[in-house]
Amino acid sequence: MDSDEDERIPFSQRPEWSDIKPVPQDDGPNPVVPIAYHEDFRETMDYFRAVYLADERTPRSLRLTSEAIAMNAGNYTVWHFRRLILETLNTDLHEEFDFIENIAKSNSKNYQIWHHRRWVAEKMGTEATNMELKFTRKILSLDAKNYHAWSHRQWVLQALGGWEDELDYCLQLLEEDIYNNSAWNQRYFVITRSPLLGGLPAMRESEVRYTIEVILLNPDNESPWRYLRGLYKGDAEALVGDPQVSCLCMKVLSVRGNTFALNLLLDLLCHGLQPNGELKSVVEGLTNSESDSIDPSLAIKVCSLLETLDPMRSNYWAWRKVTLPSHTKAI
Amino acid sequence: MESATPRLTVTQREQWEVDAKVSEIYQFFSSLPHHAQTIMLELRRDKHLEFLTKGLRQLGPSFSVLDANRAWLCYWILHSIALLGESVDSELENRVIDFINLCQDPSGGYAGGPGQMPHLATTYAAVNSLITLGGQRAFSSINRDKMRIFLLRMKQPSGAFRMHDAGEIDVRACYTAISVASILKILDYELVQNVGDYILSCQTYEGGIAGEPGAEAHGGYTFCGMATMILMNEAGRLDLPSLINWVAFRQGVECGFQGRANKLVDGCYSFWQGGVFALIQRLPSLMDQESRSSEVEENQTSGNIRTASSTLSEQECSSELTSSDDDETSHFGDGEHSDIGFCFIKRHAELEPLFHSIALQQYLLLCSQVQEGGFRDKPGKHRDYYHTCYCLSGLSVCQYSWSKRADSSPLPRAVLGPYSNLLEPIHPLFNIVLDKYYEAHDFF
Repeated sequence: MDSDEDERIPFSQRPEWSDIKPVPQDDGPNPVVPIAYHEDFRETMDYFRAVYLADERTPRSLRLTSEAIAMNAGNYTVWHFRRLILETLNTDLHEEFDFIENIAKSNSKNYQIWHHRRWVAEKMGTEATNMELKFTRKILSLDAKNYHAWSHRQWVLQALGGWEDELDYCLQLLEEDIYNNSAWNQRYFVITRSPLLGGLPAMRESEVRYTIEVILLNPDNESPWRYLRGLYKGDAEALVGDPQVSCLCMKVLSVRGNTFALNLLLDLLCHGLQPNGELKSVVEGLTNSESDSIDPSLAIKVCSLLETLDPMRSNYWAWRKVTLPSHTKAI
Repeated sequence: MESATPRLTVTQREQWEVDAKVSEIYQFFSSLPHHAQTIMLELRRDKHLEFLTKGLRQLGPSFSVLDANRAWLCYWILHSIALLGESVDSELENRVIDFINLCQDPSGGYAGGPGQMPHLATTYAAVNSLITLGGQRAFSSINRDKMRIFLLRMKQPSGAFRMHDAGEIDVRACYTAISVASILKILDYELVQNVGDYILSCQTYEGGIAGEPGAEAHGGYTFCGMATMILMNEAGRLDLPSLINWVAFRQGVECGFQGRANKLVDGCYSFWQGGVFALIQRLPSLMDQESRSSEVEENQTSGNIRTASSTLSEQECSSELTSSDDDETSHFGDGEHSDIGFCFIKRHAELEPLFHSIALQQYLLLCSQVQEGGFRDKPGKHRDYYHTCYCLSGLSVCQYSWSKRADSSPLPRAVLGPYSNLLEPIHPLFNIVLDKYYEAHDFF
């Protein structure tokens, strides 16, 4: 809009609008939070109200909604009316994608744009699949954590398909930024929901291997730790029974104290892990040698360690300590 | 790692930049003598009020992008003023009621501005604004019969809600619908049916709750999902140990909260994430949760849902909520759940806060507070009404986080800075100042 600002002809001077009587906003005599609208904005909305109230679903109304949306992409009423017009006129929706892309350029974090995009893509069906995957890629190349873009992409995959390259895409984003938690989440989405991969049971082994590699390269990155735990969601038995997991904790902790490793270890102990001597001595090595309490359980030791190592969460760890399941206290 | 390329990723670089700004502020603060520190920690009440009142009376052209959020602007401003223990004069109060009434749709619900379509989020904002004003005129301006019709119109066969006619479905819509219905005492089985299943499907492998099934765990949606579940007496269906663990990890080195893992700190999450802790503190049988955590995991789909929050009704509100039957639907006879929010806040907090409330206050006062009035996301950003509202809400949560009773005055050590920083307490399920909530509870 910016560059067109000077050339904009007011609706009142456009012959095609001469039959319309603009409807001013009814703000009451003494409104609160009144906005000092620019004249362009006020006039556009006055004409919008006129066609909206008359339910005039015509090409000129469609053009009017374009102008109104360009001025305020957050007006859900205008977007809604636009969809009604598009339906009535049976408009070719290909152009709609360009319109949305233009609006998204200036503000890609707005519920309305993405809801509209989903509506259009749904109407188009599988014809839109590649375009939508490309579009979200483009938005994500500018902001790899755009929440709306990810939600849209997940919807596209589920409703229209296009799963073939998705795991590669996740891998590519993670190679660019291993801290990108949105990419980790998408990876989880793909391995658990892709119809091509066989779900979590089929993927667990290779995913665990990959995640452990990543963690060992940088144990201070929370995302892969949560991802690893997620690979055993709903299956605590498998989590506790997989020696790779406790082994990972041990490896990381043998170098130095690490909050995420201790957090996972505590989780393992709460779910029934019987710690071996090696694990015990690694934790022992991290605590002050003169442990004042009389032979506390490993889980209690881990909580105490976390209280000092992670002071921001000392209340949380103290609470975990007093709520430990009774079976952990004997070990 | 040592041998790998030293190039920082986008996440690392952005985090490093924010870290640097925040530590600079904290270092400067710690170099000051004690009295100067006290001044720096002072809540700029007069400046905040000035900023807030000004917005209520007039907003500049740049606010045109919020033209469909004017009901929200009312709530952000009025709630902030109420948190500061102040109120608007009766002339302004009447103007607010009249304006919000112009946003009320003849067929129920409220729009973001006059002449627009009714929308669930702005309905929540409008109702909360009117309750924050209080009084017969404000309360009776709400058409509750039409409201119920509007809420039912937004409800989907899946149980979840749409934001508006043909609008998007997400956890926000569920929260705003259930919150409004609860506070207006029109919550019933028909509205509640299957909402819990939808929220459950949004809890992610990380522990937090996402906006839609499959999406990433997020602070805003985690608050909305958790509060919704409590208001329906179904919080025990969530995997609470993993939810609490996830939220606890969102408080970072800057002392504030981030919205998602590996994202930047933002003052508004002081409420969205901090508020979750206020909710957790009043979940009664949470102490047993940890020992049952393995059970939760195994029974997630087995329908064993009578857990944490159902005890609430049994212990304290047995007259309102009969729960002798194992079938969860038996709790939901018409008119029964409207008192869940009331019983919830009347309970004593069973737990100390599970987050670092002093650290969070430090971030809010030193990094989010703008000396000229208002609050911001983080240093380097501009103030706005949204952040002012949610930073103040988070600050109130911190200050009362050690109080057993929701409305008792906190000990001085719970309040960072001078004790005059103390704000009004809120009802964390609705984010309404507690006294205002009680007044509405008596009225409806």
